[in-house]
Amino acid sequence: MKIDTGDTTWMLVSTALVMLMTPGLALFYGGMVRQKNVLGTIMQSFVALGVVTVQWVLIGYSLSFGPDIKGVIGSLQWAGLNGVGLTPNPDYAATIPHQAFMMFQMMFAIITPALISGAFAERFKFSTYLVFVLLWSTFVYAPLAHWVWGVGGWLRSLGALDFAGGLVVHISSGVSALAAAIIIGKRKGHGHEHMPPHNLTMTLLGATLLWFGWFGFNGGSALASGALATSAFLMTHIAAAAATLSWLVIEWKHRGKPTLLGAASGAVAGLVAITPASGFVGPLAALAIGVGAGAVCYFGVNIKNFFGYDDSLDAVGVHGVGGTFGALATGLFASKAINAAGADGVFYGNPSLFFIQLLSVAVAIVYAFCVTWIILKVLDWTMGLRVQQEEEVQGLDLSQHGESGYIF
Amino acid sequence: MKKIEAIVRPHAVDDIREALLEAGFHGMTIMEVKGVGRQKGHTEVYRGAEYQVDFLPKIKIEIVVPDERVEEAVSIIIKCAKSGKVGDGKIFILPADDAIRVRTEETGDDVL
Repeated sequence: MKIDTGDTTWMLVSTALVMLMTPGLALFYGGMVRQKNVLGTIMQSFVALGVVTVQWVLIGYSLSFGPDIKGVIGSLQWAGLNGVGLTPNPDYAATIPHQAFMMFQMMFAIITPALISGAFAERFKFSTYLVFVLLWSTFVYAPLAHWVWGVGGWLRSLGALDFAGGLVVHISSGVSALAAAIIIGKRKGHGHEHMPPHNLTMTLLGATLLWFGWFGFNGGSALASGALATSAFLMTHIAAAAATLSWLVIEWKHRGKPTLLGAASGAVAGLVAITPASGFVGPLAALAIGVGAGAVCYFGVNIKNFFGYDDSLDAVGVHGVGGTFGALATGLFASKAINAAGADGVFYGNPSLFFIQLLSVAVAIVYAFCVTWIILKVLDWTMGLRVQQEEEVQGLDLSQHGESGYIF
Repeated sequence: MKKIEAIVRPHAVDDIREALLEAGFHGMTIMEVKGVGRQKGHTEVYRGAEYQVDFLPKIKIEIVVPDERVEEAVSIIIKCAKSGKVGDGKIFILPADDAIRVRTEETGDDVL
């Protein structure tokens, strides 16, 4: 097998782009919390680079993509990257070194648990968080990644389409975020104390880095340079732009003012929703998905007020709701004219794809919710999920890390 | 000797400083404060979460002046700070017992 230098270049660049999304997420979330929690919040994203990389090298990659065991999980044959070398693995990507594919996938595994941290921002104990990330990556992310993307994975064999991680990344993190927000409970003072974002310029910078990195996230998911990567790249941008506008317009009508936080949230919602569809749909479909995502997620972030859980930074409302919307929209808009390796959706005469998508969404929701629930309950009984009340009042920066974000 | 405490809109403070120094007053102290009064606050909305912000930013100017110059200082502050709308601020006048210059340990009106 011959390594294609163009493909390899694009995949290495994409890997670096996706890597940048995790610190981008850190800033996106960091700006939305109160000043006393800025470092604790940034840390929860940033430290995933450490924890998940080690987990991925030792067992994570093998469990996710290693030789299939009955469609359910990868074997440990590739543990410690044993046999994951520089020659291509044609099952996944025939023209790039196997290590390039492994590393690209690693960046997805890193950002996914970090996304969950938005739901329990400002109150999670750091030591427990480290263990949570490790367990979640092993028992939720790895099986789901195997089912959807691993050779022999049962959802992949069924024909479910998930170009860049609508199910594996966004639905899984969003639904886990819901379980986490329910189990850990509301922040102290939630509902009567003011908890406005402390630095929205930081949040916008984070959203911009996410948007930038997402070109690698979706464009790189073509696993090669060329036509499909270009198409996914463009659809990503279109959906993000359309969702920025649709969130803004709805907010303007509904609340009277178009906000910067709304624009940033809309952009991320559009990026989330186009993720599963980006390699299977055309420009007008991307536009429709973006417009829909802005609207659906705008209402998505408001459902927490109705149900009364404290999803502090809207991981459920944006990633859970947006990911679900995107996965289902893929079943509507997918077209073989865009990607011959994909499938036709409802609008191209194949309603069955929609039901496959619906099934895969339901499976991801149920699995991620239940297993996350179990992991968090066990951690709650053993280590405790939440910081002490005084520590929460003092803030995570001082109580967990012994430092302050700002000294003026 | 009287201490004047003036709470004014933040943007008025440069005009006040300039006018007071020009009139021969030698110094003052300012601080950034927040207050609530007849000027109502405003509402901020973040992703649907509504916050009523009651405390608004103001500048508090403190200046101690000889008895005979109180009226002059007050009128300068009013001239610079008055817009005629609710929220222009308030001025309080308090008795001050004495003043001491740390460097020379002089006391009385000469210090001001």
